[in-house]
Amino acid sequence: MRPVYMVAGGITKFSKASPNKDFRYMVKESFDSAMTDVPDLTLERIDGSVVSYFSDHFTRQLMAGIMVQDYLGLTPKPSRRIESGGATGGMCFQNAWESIASGRMDVVVASGFETMSHVNTWKGNEFIALASDTNFDYPVGGFYTGYYAMMVKRHMYEFGTTVEQLAAVSVKNHKNAMHNPYAQFPAELTIQDVLNSEMVSDPLKRLDICVMSDGAATALLASEEMAYKLTDKPIRITGVGTGTDAMRMADRPSREVILLPHENPEDYKDLKYPGVHSFRGGRVAAKEAYKMAGIQNPLEELDFVELHDAFTSSEIQTYEDLGLCKYGDGGKFVESGAADLNGKVPVNPTGGLLACGHPVGATGLMQAVFAFWQLQGSIGKHFGGDDALQLKNPKRGLIHSHAGTGTYITVSVMERGF
Amino acid sequence: MADNNIRNAKLEEVEQGCVLYNLDPIIMKYHYEVDYIHSYAQDSPFFAGLAKGELKGSRCTKCGSTFATPRSHCMTCGAPTEWMDLPLTGKIHTYTTCYFGGQEFLDETPFTLILVEWPGVDTFFLSRLVGMAPEDVHIGMEVKARFRRLSQFKPTDVYFVKA
Ligand SMILES: [Zn+2]
Repeated sequence: MRPVYMVAGGITKFSKASPNKDFRYMVKESFDSAMTDVPDLTLERIDGSVVSYFSDHFTRQLMAGIMVQDYLGLTPKPSRRIESGGATGGMCFQNAWESIASGRMDVVVASGFETMSHVNTWKGNEFIALASDTNFDYPVGGFYTGYYAMMVKRHMYEFGTTVEQLAAVSVKNHKNAMHNPYAQFPAELTIQDVLNSEMVSDPLKRLDICVMSDGAATALLASEEMAYKLTDKPIRITGVGTGTDAMRMADRPSREVILLPHENPEDYKDLKYPGVHSFRGGRVAAKEAYKMAGIQNPLEELDFVELHDAFTSSEIQTYEDLGLCKYGDGGKFVESGAADLNGKVPVNPTGGLLACGHPVGATGLMQAVFAFWQLQGSIGKHFGGDDALQLKNPKRGLIHSHAGTGTYITVSVMERGF
Repeated sequence: MADNNIRNAKLEEVEQGCVLYNLDPIIMKYHYEVDYIHSYAQDSPFFAGLAKGELKGSRCTKCGSTFATPRSHCMTCGAPTEWMDLPLTGKIHTYTTCYFGGQEFLDETPFTLILVEWPGVDTFFLSRLVGMAPEDVHIGMEVKARFRRLSQFKPTDVYFVKA
């Protein structure tokens, strides 16, 4: 495998609706924004693309991937579409990584989008719920917030996680986004605001849940030789990992905990795993990525994490899957301030899905772009001069993308290459 | 003759108009619906069972893994499974009450979803709990299956009540 670098990234401002730009135009905007940062990169030097979007229902246009390729001016080069539920963007990023690592391409475009504004919120929820088993799950009351509510209910039962701890995630991520001009829903909130917001699916309330969005994001990946030609601040992708679990969250038989290098079997003597309280696929993805990147203890060796917080609960569950704390300690982890902007390992320093929005096919790529700018030290440059969210000298970050009830999960590790 | 045909040629005018939300850009609404022919295929005996008041899971013929939500092949070893009857009484593994939902189920809110567990069965079963105030539901509570009299051939042909 060859070393792979990210050389530029771009995103659109995520919004509730973008009627003035269709999906092609939005992707083009994110693509052009990325291209601006690598002036020596011409269309001729691009070898191909990977285009991701989640739902044909939202787009109501089959083969939208080729329409993006066409609009970007990249035909007749290779391209393909990637779909893997909520993890679509993260999977697109890894698929582009494979194109470079394998030697097939030297420069590849990874672009993703979603246009969720074309139906009302409740129809949107129905479309998303079609990503659950349509024989056994969807007809019972298909609603993803309901599924995650059941998962965190069990987390609370097993480990004593509280609604205040869930709310703390919402407060943190919305607050971080106050300095992110791309965020759809920045807000100064209190724990009480979150607890007082409308109950959606007990215990998850309106402010525990991300919103639906229109948006696009692009990451440009390159081989080592090309990367250093195109930029003096390339970011190396040093680890990728992907995990899966059964589509039905009812299908989660108990197994041994999958251990990370810094953990012991005694840590989890009586834990039934994964149950519905933990995402085994997230642990598998982390383990693979850590091994490739040579990470022994993630809490000590990661400078920040951008993870998939579609729900406040999934952020807490993901701290544990990633090994930032032990299984069961996720609630205490956020409460301790360890995940704060100035904490031990800032988690979602740019606001996460909760505050930035979640245009599904773009989300995982948005994380890659934010992580890329963090590692370059170019947050201020890209955030209109506001560098409040720029971490001090970060060397290594992690991005994490996640699909419904933990079915597909990607973890990628990015490191400063200069 | 040909010239006459061309002069009279036109696409038929229609009078249903369209629903326009905005002109710049043009945003319009149209209806989008399909009738879909779905087969339960190898899962059919489960739904047929519900119509007879039976709740069927499956058991692996090779490694003995048991599944409360049936599947025709084992998720552990890949061997074929056989049908097995689940007890009609189980326990709540986890639950939630939904106050919102997908459009199809909005009229039914609030409704309570549960995962049912049975001792010795390796996986769970998603269902609705009815007849309980949300605040009275708890993990570990015993529940029993009840069946719709008029089958819809959907998983909601079975639901649970407090045992
Ligand atoms: Zn088996």
